[in-house]
Amino acid sequence: MRLPVRTRLALLAGGMAGGLSRAARRGNGTTISGRVALVLDPQALSRLARGRRSAVVSGTNGKTTTTRLLAEALRTHGMVAHNDRGANMPTGLVACLARDVDAPLAALEVDEPWLPTVVAAVDPRVVVLLNLSRDQLDRVGEVALLAHRWRAALAVPRSGSVVVANADDPHVAWAAMGADRVAWVAAGQAWRADSVLCPACSRLLARVGQEYSCRCGFRRPQVGWRLVDDPGRDGGDAGTYVRDPDGRKHRLDLSLPGRVNQSNALIAVAAAAQMGVAVDEAAAAMARVREIAGRYARVDLAGRALRLLLAKNPAGWAVALDLLRPPAECPTVVVAVNARAADGRDPSWLWDVPFEALGGRHVLVAGDRRADVAVRLAYAGVELEIVDGGVAEAARRLGPGSLVDVLANYTAFDDALAAAGGRGTASTPAASTPDAHHG
Amino acid sequence: MAEQTVGRLDPRPGDRLRLVSVYPELLGTYGDRGNVLVLAARARARGVEVEVVEVAPLAPVPSQGDLYVLGGGEDAAQSSAVAALAEDGGLAAAAASGAVLLAVCAGVQMLGERFVAGGADVPGLGIIDATSTRMPRRAVGELVVEADPGLHVPLLSGYENHGGGTTRGPLAEPLGRVVRGAGNGEGTEGVRQGRVYGTYLHGPVLARNAAFADHLLGLVLGTLAPLDDTLPERLRRERLTAVLGSAAG
Repeated sequence: MRLPVRTRLALLAGGMAGGLSRAARRGNGTTISGRVALVLDPQALSRLARGRRSAVVSGTNGKTTTTRLLAEALRTHGMVAHNDRGANMPTGLVACLARDVDAPLAALEVDEPWLPTVVAAVDPRVVVLLNLSRDQLDRVGEVALLAHRWRAALAVPRSGSVVVANADDPHVAWAAMGADRVAWVAAGQAWRADSVLCPACSRLLARVGQEYSCRCGFRRPQVGWRLVDDPGRDGGDAGTYVRDPDGRKHRLDLSLPGRVNQSNALIAVAAAAQMGVAVDEAAAAMARVREIAGRYARVDLAGRALRLLLAKNPAGWAVALDLLRPPAECPTVVVAVNARAADGRDPSWLWDVPFEALGGRHVLVAGDRRADVAVRLAYAGVELEIVDGGVAEAARRLGPGSLVDVLANYTAFDDALAAAGGRGTASTPAASTPDAHHG
Repeated sequence: MAEQTVGRLDPRPGDRLRLVSVYPELLGTYGDRGNVLVLAARARARGVEVEVVEVAPLAPVPSQGDLYVLGGGEDAAQSSAVAALAEDGGLAAAAASGAVLLAVCAGVQMLGERFVAGGADVPGLGIIDATSTRMPRRAVGELVVEADPGLHVPLLSGYENHGGGTTRGPLAEPLGRVVRGAGNGEGTEGVRQGRVYGTYLHGPVLARNAAFADHLLGLVLGTLAPLDDTLPERLRRERLTAVLGSAAG
């Protein structure tokens, strides 16, 4: 790729800063190198993106998983720049694109408030919008405001660009309706409490099943892409299928667990199709993904086998509680919560999570904000034990034997992964700016 | 607290508490449903039969409840909610007949005479003598409050996240004095007018401050037997220490 001298120098300087940061063991260096490059060349992001076919993915939950699935599908057609280290703000995107300067394709996860900036700079072929719900209210801001900003950004005409949007989320639908071309996907909505009001006029939305509508005329769009469960009674294979806008069914066999990941795959398949990847080819590539940046992975920590589940806001926790194995198989669960900059400083969302579902299990409570979690679980009537420390300390408290499920929010999850010898993705507490905001 | 418990018996098995959660889907952005969970659990632990009434958005608000909880919400939700509450009249009737109200953040602003939402000046319910306006900058962070001595509660801990500040009129007293944070924006925090309480403390406030939860319950139920509050007390002290250092308490 031909880059202007200024950008090349900026990347060179940024690369050196990244090396120093890694040498000083302050994070993985991704963010600092991008930050240096952007200071020296504020246009670095658009220059690095020019000439590539890019997809950007944003939303409160599922960003990292969906972007990874999409990257796997695109990889069947060529080299892909992919910010798989979770650094999803402009600094991280610059570092990612600079690492793979020659990749003709890009799959980029983008932090929600940064989406307008990134869309303007990157001029992506596809913008994937997953969902919007309460998350890090101290930093990201309120949901309705975010939807307004997205809509304004997507209303700017860009030729050859398409928005792939989750029609089941009213905020997302309203934001996407601002765009010229939209592919609508029924990707589900695990959490409805933040879309009680019409995003267009603030009246109460009428809801019947998946459908929603308002007196002002706003309503759920006609969906082109959906999941279909076939019980196999009519002689066909039982299983889950992607139904495309032409009505054709394509088998979806994921290694990742849960309906939520089938929905992530559905919207990733729809996005890949906009970039020329056939549905069956995309689905086959996605089926090979077994873990996402350590999520769902089985790890060994202090001689104990743990299965790590990441959740970081009420919608994500509701989903993760659903993914727990049944109490008979997994009577003990570890819950670890931090409230560092990258997590959001205010863990009051704990009270929006249906932790009553943990009733009947023994819960080890860990993480910086274990006192908050303990109070929440105590009032939910859940049997708990406080562990002074993180997931690693909790693992030491476990008896030998069976696999234990661990629910952790972002930096608590990252600490656990690092302790297990996996790759940590969060910035260290010393580098306290929230560079990576996982989805 | 003798003046607050006049005419009330201490709770006995079979006593009932009608706890009304006002529009939780609209006014619950910051975990404020936790306040309802805490009040219900603490009353039940004293043998009181608790009925929790969750009022669906824009449905009628019953006026016969004992204790009402309003949470925070985004601007659009706040404006919709206040218009519906004004039209419905149930909440104002309950307050007039002596029900206990706890309003948090946007809830406080709605109970006052006027407030600002979405850049517009919006009429409030006029239940408390207070007016809310935009502060120069949004207040986000830990908030520590020394409550009015009449409440008999230790230092209150919470988390604030609001763009509006509140000015009290002569009929409203503050809940307390700000030790750390912004609160109302002029050194005081919250409002208290009769049996109506407002605060900018999230956390949720009653999860972090068990004594304040019991103060509110005591207004309805009389003297309460102590509970084992090791966990909430550990949380309150930990948050205070995080903000004020080890001398907190």
